[in-house]
Amino acid sequence: MNYDNYFKLTIPALSRNEGFARAAVSAFAAQLDPTVEELSDIKSAVSEAVTNCVVHAYRNMAVGQIYITMSITDRTLYIKIKDKGCGIEDIKRAMEPLYTSKPEEERAGLGFAVMESCSDKVRVRSTPGKGTTVTLITTLSKRELK
Amino acid sequence: MCIFIDRDRDPYTLVVYLIGEIDHHTAAQMRMIIDGEVENSLPRRLILDMEKVGFMDSSGVGLILGRQRLMKKLGGMLIIKNPCPAVHKILKLAGLEELIK
Repeated sequence: MNYDNYFKLTIPALSRNEGFARAAVSAFAAQLDPTVEELSDIKSAVSEAVTNCVVHAYRNMAVGQIYITMSITDRTLYIKIKDKGCGIEDIKRAMEPLYTSKPEEERAGLGFAVMESCSDKVRVRSTPGKGTTVTLITTLSKRELK
Repeated sequence: MCIFIDRDRDPYTLVVYLIGEIDHHTAAQMRMIIDGEVENSLPRRLILDMEKVGFMDSSGVGLILGRQRLMKKLGGMLIIKNPCPAVHKILKLAGLEELIK
């Protein structure tokens, strides 16, 4: 694909990087002059995907990495959030609203529901034992100069 | 992340002003502080004022549901005040709009 612009970022899957990840993504999106609401949706979706990597992907393992690639084509954002963690056995179940594998940690089970309501499209590819890649795709509205 | 506690309103009400962004990282810290205060003062009403929260994801929903459970156990209630549109959207998605007063 022919990208207008992109960045790649690798960070350890630590909870204190959740805020950094969504700030980095929203700073990059700013070049398209999104609305306040669009920017807030991007931050919400990214926060959920990155939190899943921190909470679930590397459980019972040493802290792994989160690989974020964000690219822009016209006014469409492709945000790929990838881990090399445990993978998801049953993606359909994991994406059901209110389902969580960790109720004892006060997880609401709404991560994928938020991603879906804050993006145009969410793609999830996962291989148990190998890792998970979530791609968030959003086309921003056209801004007209006034 | 920052929290302001107002204990002086009346003996039955605990007002907690949440400040900053609520995610999985900050929610864990907020949870500890709020629960410590609730266990200390055993309020009837716990008010979470969210006027100064600019961002919240589903970890904030977990935080709210957990505090709602705690207040129910104490025979009390949880109230949310002043969410911004971004926070309101997440609360609506989680079916928690009825807590906003």
